[in-house]
Amino acid sequence: MLAIWVMGCLAAREALRERSMAVANRKTRPAKSSVSAKSARRDVAAKPAAKPADKHAAMRAATPAATPAAKGSVAPVLAFSREQELAAYRQMLLIRRFEEKAGQMYGMGLIGGFCHLYIGQEAVVVGMQMAIKAGDQVITGYRDHGHMLAIGMDAKGVLAELTGRRGGYSKGKGGSMHMFSVEKGFFGGHGIVGAQVSLGTGIAFANRYRGNDNVCLAYFGDGAANQGQVYESFNMAELWKLPVVYVIENNRYAMGTAVTRASAQADFSKRGVSFNIPGAKVDGMDVRAVMAAGDKAVRWCREGNGPYILEMMTYRYRGHSMSDPAKYRSREEVEKVRTEHDPIEQVRARLLARKMASEDELRKIDGDIRKVVNEAAEFATDNKEPDPSELWTDVVR
Amino acid sequence: MAELTYRDAVTRAIAQEMSRDPDVIFFGEDVAKPGGVFKTTVGLYEQFGPRRVRDTPISEQAILGAAMGAAMTGLKPIAEIMFSDFFAVCFDYIANEFPKSRYMSNGQLKCPLVVRTANGAGSRFGAQHSQSVENWAMMIPGLKVVAPSTPRDVIGLMAAAVRDPDPVIFFEHKSLYATKGEVPDGEIVDTLGSAKIVRPGKDATILALALMVPRALDAATRLKREHDIDCEVIDVRSLVPLDTRAILGSVARTHRVFTVEENPRLCGWGAEIVSIIADEAFYDLDGPPVRITTPHIPLPAADTLEDLVLPTPDRIVETVRRSLSA
Repeated sequence: MLAIWVMGCLAAREALRERSMAVANRKTRPAKSSVSAKSARRDVAAKPAAKPADKHAAMRAATPAATPAAKGSVAPVLAFSREQELAAYRQMLLIRRFEEKAGQMYGMGLIGGFCHLYIGQEAVVVGMQMAIKAGDQVITGYRDHGHMLAIGMDAKGVLAELTGRRGGYSKGKGGSMHMFSVEKGFFGGHGIVGAQVSLGTGIAFANRYRGNDNVCLAYFGDGAANQGQVYESFNMAELWKLPVVYVIENNRYAMGTAVTRASAQADFSKRGVSFNIPGAKVDGMDVRAVMAAGDKAVRWCREGNGPYILEMMTYRYRGHSMSDPAKYRSREEVEKVRTEHDPIEQVRARLLARKMASEDELRKIDGDIRKVVNEAAEFATDNKEPDPSELWTDVVR
Repeated sequence: MAELTYRDAVTRAIAQEMSRDPDVIFFGEDVAKPGGVFKTTVGLYEQFGPRRVRDTPISEQAILGAAMGAAMTGLKPIAEIMFSDFFAVCFDYIANEFPKSRYMSNGQLKCPLVVRTANGAGSRFGAQHSQSVENWAMMIPGLKVVAPSTPRDVIGLMAAAVRDPDPVIFFEHKSLYATKGEVPDGEIVDTLGSAKIVRPGKDATILALALMVPRALDAATRLKREHDIDCEVIDVRSLVPLDTRAILGSVARTHRVFTVEENPRLCGWGAEIVSIIADEAFYDLDGPPVRITTPHIPLPAADTLEDLVLPTPDRIVETVRRSLSA
């Protein structure tokens, strides 16, 4: 019953390699599906902040000082307060509904080019976002819609970029993979696999140079983790003690190639070992686990200890991009994760079971989010196309 | 006014900009404590300290990635890639990252960085450490590309590059490091995108860059003395932006044009300039434009062989003389 989801979704032929890791995880991983007396007690202990300055402040304040686990181990899963659960639920649902809408609009021909959906992985960005503060920076690869929504970028601007309209974040000149909001601390949105790792390291360098306490989150996938420049940057970051958290979103497939078929060392939390970068493997389907691990990693960086690696065990429900029918895996595998480990359903079940929210309240949240997404879709459909003169702007100054 | 080597001009240029602006930082392989493999940055580490002047691991992608990451937040990094040939190791940054950031971000991301690199042949380093790759950079929209030929221009163009809001690729020529030139005292700031007529003339225009500039000047002197052909020599200095006004103006006066390029034949920078001249000034020409280039072969290491392939004053003299008498 407590077998972690990876075990569930792996075919038997792949299981052997993972077994030792899973067993190790099980030892430190508490139950997550049912309400236990222990977790209920923890809920009581968690005190939300009085007046949050921003929407995540309450959650950060409510997080008890995590007992740091040993290097490379699984961070403890902390119970969320009602506010935290609801905020996580809302954010994850927004990403889910947004991506469903984007997929739908792609199918209708309203979105062209690439479109990489984040469905299934929502807990990773939402949990990590809960662990950072204003001033911290985020950079990621091409599967970036979720990251932008989590950081507070406007759904309208993101969707209008997908439809190639002038109201898009890059006025239609970036597209799905290339959007930015310097104001929000979001540095892209990068199409070249692995480049965000070196760029994020550079952002962290600037933080250290300026002597501020900002931390950069550099997200990349299990596929990008096999790019050479990742290790150039790992070395540089540890050497110069740069405040960067490398968040490896292990969604089990590097495009269409299963992790175990593409990676000699498929335990990505260990990829920093030869550089002395601490790493932890995290249940990336459990937003609480993500936030707890993120909190620890971010604190490590903020205190000047150098970089940190978090391997998020997650899963992408859709194909690599909209044009990928995902024939490299079975329908059953996807279904099993969806039904047993869905990040949003987990929160929803907890909210209801612990009577933190009623069905009606959740239905209202769902309705509110659908409204936001529908308005974004309307905007992205009706907004004007870019003026041809934009071709020549912002090439150089 | 003082006489300075091209090599020392690099140091002075970086020092000038670092003294002026605390956002300017400098890093690369062996550039700090060792002072650079070509000794172009001796003393900067001592002057500005380890926080601002750093030796990096031998990791070209991480170097340029870090430079751009820092630049996106507003710092103004000068990054050294030791040999321009190594651009191929980190070309993603030069081709995909630096030049596209402003465009793809609706002007939000700025990339105010300079990549300096030792370019060109003449040192017998062979095919992977001797190339002239300014054409690699020139072909990419979103980059600015300069290649100074004198110590004074090294300082002035470096200052302009550092102060420019866009990524600038700064090609230093290895074979010019030991050359000397007069440099005025005090701050020197030039402008990107301006060519310089380094020798006025009326019979033909010779366009040259970096090491080819002194060779073109040498050839022009001999053409005048030995053949009474009066050549105008233009130091192109900046490939992007390109000073088409100066180039087309000269062609309109002399009616003949020659390019002297260290790039291998295909797609060298001269090809692009000749194409612009054909488009814009065809009827000013009294004869076909002529490109004097390195042949389309990898560069050999042996001195006798390397000397055979690079454009020399002899080859320039001979080519101009023959073309004008045809």
